[in-house]
Amino acid sequence: MFRPGSIQSHLSFRDKILSLDLVLFFSVLILGIISFFAMYSTDAGKFDYHTKSHIIRFIVFFTLFIIISFLKINYWYNSSTYFYLLILILLVLVKFFGLSSSGSQRWLNLYFINLQPSELMKIALILFLSKYYHRISSSDVNRLKYLLSPLVALIFPIILVITQPDLGTAFLIAAGGVIVIWLAGVKMKFFAYLSVVFLSLAPVAISFLKPYQKSRILTFLDPSRDPLGAGYQITQSKIAIGSGGFFGKGFLNGSQSYLDYLPEKHTDFIFTLFSEEFGFFGSILILALYVIITWRIVQIGNLTRDAFAKLYCFSFATAFFIYVVVNMCMVLGLIPIVGAPLPILSYGGSSMLAIMIGLGIVMSCKIHKDEPIG
Amino acid sequence: MIRSGGESKITLLGRRMFIISAAKAVIVCGIVTRLISLQITEGKKYKTLSDKNRFREWKFSPPRGLIKDYFGKEIASNRQVYQLHIVPENSENLELLFFRLKTILNLSENKIQSLRKKIKSQKPWDPVIISDNLNWSDFSKINLFLHELQGVEPVVSIARLYTEPSSAHVVGYVSKVSKKDLQNKEYLQKKIATGTRVGKTGLENILDPKVIGDVGYKRYEVNAYGKRIKEISIDPGKAGENFRTTLDLDVQKLASSLLANKSGSVCVMDIYKGDIISMVSSPLFDSNKFVHGISQKDWNSLMSHRDKPLINKAVSGLYPPGSTIKLLSAISALENDVFNPKTVIQCKGHIELYGEKYHCWKKKGHGYLDMREGMKQSCDVYFYEVARKLGIDRLAETAKKFGLGQAVLENLIEEKRGVVPDTSWKKKYIGKNWYLGETLHAGIGQGYWQTSPLQLCLMMSQIANGGYKIKPRIILKKEEDRTFDNLKQFIQDKKIFSEDVVSLYDFISKFKYKSLFRNPENIKFVQDALFGATNEPRGTSYSSRLKNDKFVFAGKTGTSQVKRFTEKQRELEVKNEDLPYEDRDHALFVAFAPYIEPRYSISVLVEHGGSGSKSAAPIAKQVIKKVLEKHNQRELISEKGESV
Repeated sequence: MFRPGSIQSHLSFRDKILSLDLVLFFSVLILGIISFFAMYSTDAGKFDYHTKSHIIRFIVFFTLFIIISFLKINYWYNSSTYFYLLILILLVLVKFFGLSSSGSQRWLNLYFINLQPSELMKIALILFLSKYYHRISSSDVNRLKYLLSPLVALIFPIILVITQPDLGTAFLIAAGGVIVIWLAGVKMKFFAYLSVVFLSLAPVAISFLKPYQKSRILTFLDPSRDPLGAGYQITQSKIAIGSGGFFGKGFLNGSQSYLDYLPEKHTDFIFTLFSEEFGFFGSILILALYVIITWRIVQIGNLTRDAFAKLYCFSFATAFFIYVVVNMCMVLGLIPIVGAPLPILSYGGSSMLAIMIGLGIVMSCKIHKDEPIG
Repeated sequence: MIRSGGESKITLLGRRMFIISAAKAVIVCGIVTRLISLQITEGKKYKTLSDKNRFREWKFSPPRGLIKDYFGKEIASNRQVYQLHIVPENSENLELLFFRLKTILNLSENKIQSLRKKIKSQKPWDPVIISDNLNWSDFSKINLFLHELQGVEPVVSIARLYTEPSSAHVVGYVSKVSKKDLQNKEYLQKKIATGTRVGKTGLENILDPKVIGDVGYKRYEVNAYGKRIKEISIDPGKAGENFRTTLDLDVQKLASSLLANKSGSVCVMDIYKGDIISMVSSPLFDSNKFVHGISQKDWNSLMSHRDKPLINKAVSGLYPPGSTIKLLSAISALENDVFNPKTVIQCKGHIELYGEKYHCWKKKGHGYLDMREGMKQSCDVYFYEVARKLGIDRLAETAKKFGLGQAVLENLIEEKRGVVPDTSWKKKYIGKNWYLGETLHAGIGQGYWQTSPLQLCLMMSQIANGGYKIKPRIILKKEEDRTFDNLKQFIQDKKIFSEDVVSLYDFISKFKYKSLFRNPENIKFVQDALFGATNEPRGTSYSSRLKNDKFVFAGKTGTSQVKRFTEKQRELEVKNEDLPYEDRDHALFVAFAPYIEPRYSISVLVEHGGSGSKSAAPIAKQVIKKVLEKHNQRELISEKGESV
């Protein structure tokens, strides 16, 4: 498939370790450690199932992150199309063999892990499009012929994910894809056309929404509409965060989460829990770590020389930022509840796996910045 | 090396990335602003909301206030009860638990079925009451087996206890809250907790808002599903207010024992204060049975009882007043100047009017008599003539003035107003014109009249006190404590002024009393005639008189027809006792005592008791004696101050 030895690089192992980006490395590590404590708190101060499996996953995937860092960037460049196709096939398999939970079919049972391919698609799409735009010349970028395949590559997985149904992840996948296309230099007018098309399709799309999705949007517009139903989550989350005050209620003292007022506290609402227990101070710390990680990825992008690496790093940084922002805005009651995990902090294997692969490739871009791609 | 697109691609990429970075900065600022607003600016608000989430309060009812008689004896009190609750979520196997309880407590399958239903309908941490009144042996048995009855909670609680069955009707009873109670009684919204009992009838109903007390709270930390995590604090609430009443338990007991095995009522009233000293209805019922929910069997036996024990006959029983109305017929005729009391009329046992015969109760007639004699012997023929001259409308006006056709007490839901018939009443409710013959019947208290024994008692009071309007009461209130401070002075002064009508009016106006007469002589005339009726030979209640000077009373008998005698029965001289029970007349008696310086009035009703002189007056005699014996004791308390 690819040339033997392509995984090896001319850099020695020691060189690779030395050229690891320490800021990124430690930011992720600190976030991971914080996530242990957060998870311990969601288990009501017991070393329980969620905490244990989260710690194991973090250790495994963090190791994977390092391993991926040491792989040659060329390897990812070459295999990105296959990677994309593989995930796409998995997404199709989910349709037939997927596990269902609370009305949506998202997971594949791989025995050692319940894999959620849509999470991996976030990375796969960015990789695939980055490679695509790396290969075509900048004069071709805005030609209709070359616009077609990115659009297909974008829309196909999105349709698969929307119909699971999983609006939140579909949106995040789309966001990542659109960012690459835009960064690659596609003219604004195409985005304008596309948005006109989408806006005109919106009424049709709304008619396809499930009732609970409609109610989530309506509830967002007016949370008091249904305080015990869909508005409950937003209201309770705001109460939890607000009641944290400046320094928070203290570790393991978050009454909102301890007394089960917080929905999905392990996953989507982990930030709420942390914010309740550690207050404004803790929230800003978390936010700062995410900003540092994003900033660092952009820095790495700036260091690299190839369009592929740059496109990938910038897009991934932006996508990563969007994941964080969407989750935070959601729990802060700024956007509707869409179901988007907070990278690294949230409980969830597939999400963590995807993020760690993504970060690993970024690190690999840094380590192998001087090696040509193609 | 492929550098696809060359530098320009990278430059564009950098520029666009710069735009994105700027956008990111804006978004981060937005999030920080939001965090500041939620956690710092509005932190306090959310802190309170979070506490509101965190704590939940369970309400419980405090003990109900006591209801006592005038002398401080308890009529309605409280006692400890042993209850058994189940908290379903604490039990591992409900069915096994039911099986164990079934053998220990003898629970019926029906009861268990309804418990299962109840458990299903509520949250698993909400307790279900298995029994709210266990006897001691069951309670101790449960405690013995407690270790193997997981989910069962023995609870010691407080429940209403009625110690005095004679006062069942006037005090009323409490029972479980119904949907109707919640609709009608607004105060309940704040005062209700699980297991709260609410006053359904009588004083329990009137006093309910105050006697029920303020609910206590147990504050628990709860989780989002309402499960209690730990107790934070307890607010015991406020026990209900205690109340004292004007009732005298001794008189109540005596009156109800005199009415035993009869159906009827006794009312005794202070003629100046309007204090209801006794109000008894017979047969009695056990109000304690309602506290924990009356059994179907007990309920059915109460409902199917011939004499309707649940009805307070003193206020909800309506009867034609019979001859007791003659007091008002006389007063009305004299006040309206349509009849001279000296007028002598011959009673031949009946009179004829437009071809219709109107009978006197004495078949052979009373012979010649004036108004005093007519009243004394209760001659119907004499009062046919009085009524004919007076007319129904004037009689009705006087009757209303003296309190007939209106509720005597405030707020007593079971009280009925009765009917004072007149021409417009008949037109309105029956749709026909009034006939003269009906006036004659009305003049002797038969026909459309509907009066309650308490109304008749009030009527008697307002005649006995010299013709003053009074406001009857049962509940002593602090704000009324000094109302009757000058009562003794008033009674003294009244004697001095009684001859002088003008200064008497003047004098009365200084008091709260409103006079009901034009000429006090007219009232006195009736009082005197009643003295004759009880204390002179041939008086209708002569046989029931009390000879002791202190106890001499004056009263009027009455017989209220249930069914009119047919001509045939009259000819056959059918006696009342020979009729089937349901057709026998009601016996009535109203009186005041003592005759000199009167203080109390009484009305006695015996349903289907025949004539007033035979069955009602003897009861009145004994009650009057008791009331007068206790007069001094009562005055002593009144001087000390009446309220609690």
